Amino acid sequence: MAAVPIEIPGPKIKRQRLLDRSFQLTTTVAAVFVLILLAGIIISLFVGGWDALRTFGFGFLGSDEWNPVTEQFGALVPIYGTLVSSFIALVIAVPIGFGIALFLTEVSPHWLRRPIGTAVELLAAIPSIIYGMWGLFLFAPVMANHVQPWLQEAFGDWAIIGALFEGVPLGIGMLPAGIILGIMIIPFITAIMRDVFLTTPKFLKESAYAMGATTWEVVWNVVLPYTRIGAVGGIFLGLGRALGETMAVTFVIGNTHRLSTSLFAPGNSIASTLANEFTEAVGDMHTSSLIALGLVLFLITFIVLTLAKLLLMSLERQRGAKS
Amino acid sequence: MMNLSQDVAVDTGAMSKIQVRDLNFYYGKYHALKDINLSIAANKVTAFIGPSGCGKSTLLRTFNRMYELYPDQRATGDILLDGENVLSPRADVYRLRARVGMVFQKPTPFPMTIYENIAYGVQLYEKLRRSDMDDRVEWALQQAALWDEVKGKLKQSGMSLSGGQQQRLCIARAIAVKPEVVLLDEPASALDPISTLKIEELIYELKRNYTIVIVTHNMQQAARVSDFTAFMYLGDLIEFGDTNAIFTNPSNKQTEDYITGRYG
Amino acid sequence: MDWRYFRRRATNVFNLTGSVLATLFGLSWLFWILWTTFAYGVSAFDWSIFTQNTPAPGNDGGLANAIVGSVIMVSFATLIGTPIGILAGTYLAEYGRTRPIASVIRFLNDILLSAPSIIVGLFVYELIVLRVGHFSAWAGAVALAIIMLPVVIRTTEEMLRLVPNTLREAALALGAPHWKMITLVAYRAALSGVITGILLAVARIAGETAPLLFTALNNQFWSTNLSQPMANLPVVIFQFAMSPYESWHALAWAGSLLITLSVLALSIIARTLLRKARMEYS
Repeated sequence: MAAVPIEIPGPKIKRQRLLDRSFQLTTTVAAVFVLILLAGIIISLFVGGWDALRTFGFGFLGSDEWNPVTEQFGALVPIYGTLVSSFIALVIAVPIGFGIALFLTEVSPHWLRRPIGTAVELLAAIPSIIYGMWGLFLFAPVMANHVQPWLQEAFGDWAIIGALFEGVPLGIGMLPAGIILGIMIIPFITAIMRDVFLTTPKFLKESAYAMGATTWEVVWNVVLPYTRIGAVGGIFLGLGRALGETMAVTFVIGNTHRLSTSLFAPGNSIASTLANEFTEAVGDMHTSSLIALGLVLFLITFIVLTLAKLLLMSLERQRGAKS
Repeated sequence: MMNLSQDVAVDTGAMSKIQVRDLNFYYGKYHALKDINLSIAANKVTAFIGPSGCGKSTLLRTFNRMYELYPDQRATGDILLDGENVLSPRADVYRLRARVGMVFQKPTPFPMTIYENIAYGVQLYEKLRRSDMDDRVEWALQQAALWDEVKGKLKQSGMSLSGGQQQRLCIARAIAVKPEVVLLDEPASALDPISTLKIEELIYELKRNYTIVIVTHNMQQAARVSDFTAFMYLGDLIEFGDTNAIFTNPSNKQTEDYITGRYG
Repeated sequence: MDWRYFRRRATNVFNLTGSVLATLFGLSWLFWILWTTFAYGVSAFDWSIFTQNTPAPGNDGGLANAIVGSVIMVSFATLIGTPIGILAGTYLAEYGRTRPIASVIRFLNDILLSAPSIIVGLFVYELIVLRVGHFSAWAGAVALAIIMLPVVIRTTEEMLRLVPNTLREAALALGAPHWKMITLVAYRAALSGVITGILLAVARIAGETAPLLFTALNNQFWSTNLSQPMANLPVVIFQFAMSPYESWHALAWAGSLLITLSVLALSIIARTLLRKARMEYS
């Protein structure tokens, strides 16, 4: 009795194997593209900013000169503006973000948690140009007509604090820009804090409640220390966003290259300088200096975001090791 | 039978610390505890046993109103602690929890040092001088038979201890506030046999000063450590009485089936 | 003891009240901003914005060219960014998984996700505008595609990871080759989630202004030529809002309303889909 030969569809299997290979290769190329993209961004910023970096050296970072006529450029004013406005943003957004996260995880009735969570997330979805419009037409007048005069009246005579608020009440400058940035990053900080708070083991929280601790004591003494790394990661993520935010700041920061102690004096940030001057830059050195500014901004945010990511990852690892 | 079970506690001459009357408990619409009546004897160990889902942990968590942390969980009926209804909305839940300590299935050291773990609960209610607090911490750790193992490293994180040590730390933490009742929710379920043994010895020691209620799925453990045992099934209290009587001569068929391992 | 106890309770009430106030504070900005956009946008709204082009300074006109320009550039950006993003996400979820190179890509992708968008504008300016010699809609579309890419990669990976391994094994056990398992089984299972990612990415780029400033720039006239500068809503809003003309301000508000409505609609739809997709697998 003859055995029935098993038919081996050789070419077909070969074809499938080839398709398998090429599909895997295509996905790999697409993924590696992310690396190429990032490298491309850094290289192109280096190349574009090279003229300025070579001409001004490290002095570029320390000089407050920004003069297209004499072709002298320094990054100090925009860097100062970026850092100060982002700092103000953190001062506002960290406590508020923590408060909202506390509300969403411990205080709010359960049926209200999702709608409020969604509303806060929508705050993040609104395009920054809308914040800018609102900031220029609605928020700045309120600052000019009410807040700044009030601050000047209240603190004007004080030695150092008074200097922070002096100047013609225009309602623009570091403080308004920082406040708007703060509002914009509240959702990012809130979302991360809420998520890391929710990772606190149920039994750990219950043990604290079982000792007779109040809700606040449970959060402040147990939940926050337990999730501290992640919460800081969230703050860094918010900071990363604030540093690079462009449009909202451009509308209200004043766009002037001048260092000033007053938070109401017009100033500049790196991103707003780029937005304002790049397409109208006169001369190659001006363009190159702007690109070098972009490089500085990219490096700062890269470091901040890397820290944020590392902190959040180490929290995840800590969790993974425990469960 | 349930009235009888109350009589058992009285018969043994022990004073009743907690009395549960007509307790019903609901998870949303699910009826998890049905008309529970029992009394917990003072300075004795009472064990709740039964198959998982029978309501033994749920019952334990009503004693310090832990269920209130979650929506859709509610209890009706009375739980009298020294005659005072703890389920009454007027009862102060924080003070209740200071009087009724609890230890959980998994060790839950707080993210702080060993010393601070113990001192944390104490400073919530008492203002002690540093030296008094030191004494209190040492006393609690000694009560929990942990002092000799940690006395040199009180500044280390509580999370650096082994699982069994962590659980004894949690017991010390619960004792440090000098509660009247200690609730133990399967305190040894995550531990190795040696650590389990240590915990059981500890429970035996502790009952001189505290009223202890323990939930366990381990029947040998219940038999070893407890004076009274309650067997629960599907939200009902099936049988409650002297531990020896329950294990040697159960009056109920279901109890007998469970104890002899015919289901569970 | 009583004083201590009272102080603890009071601190608790005080701080929890603070959290309620923080929430009200946060939400009040949302309502103020939305209310402003709607109030000003609706009063500036006129059907002629869909039929007339952007006007010369001080004149009346519409936003027709800007709307069409935005739609064109966002569409092309989606056509470029989506396939690359889905493929890269597929690599991370199906092939790379825990390999070091995959972890590096995942890490850098997350950083790219939050990187300043104006930097992307600079990059594309150097890459395309400078080479070609002039601003173009192509450059704008590429810049937007780069911004949406990390969003698509991340959600694609996340959604593919929700597909249970048993489903993959079942397909492979039938003798399906790996690529067929992915394209026919895993993609289908993760479809709604991946679409969500694309919607979120589109919502993200629809209002992006900064990267378009250096790439597509603007165009006062009707143009559908991708090789030329092209009008688009965000840049028009920016220029008109910063101008001194009342009629331009009105058009900027009308444009803001359009953008806000589309972005909010997209995110709400995406979030609803996402919740469904996550629920299916958890």
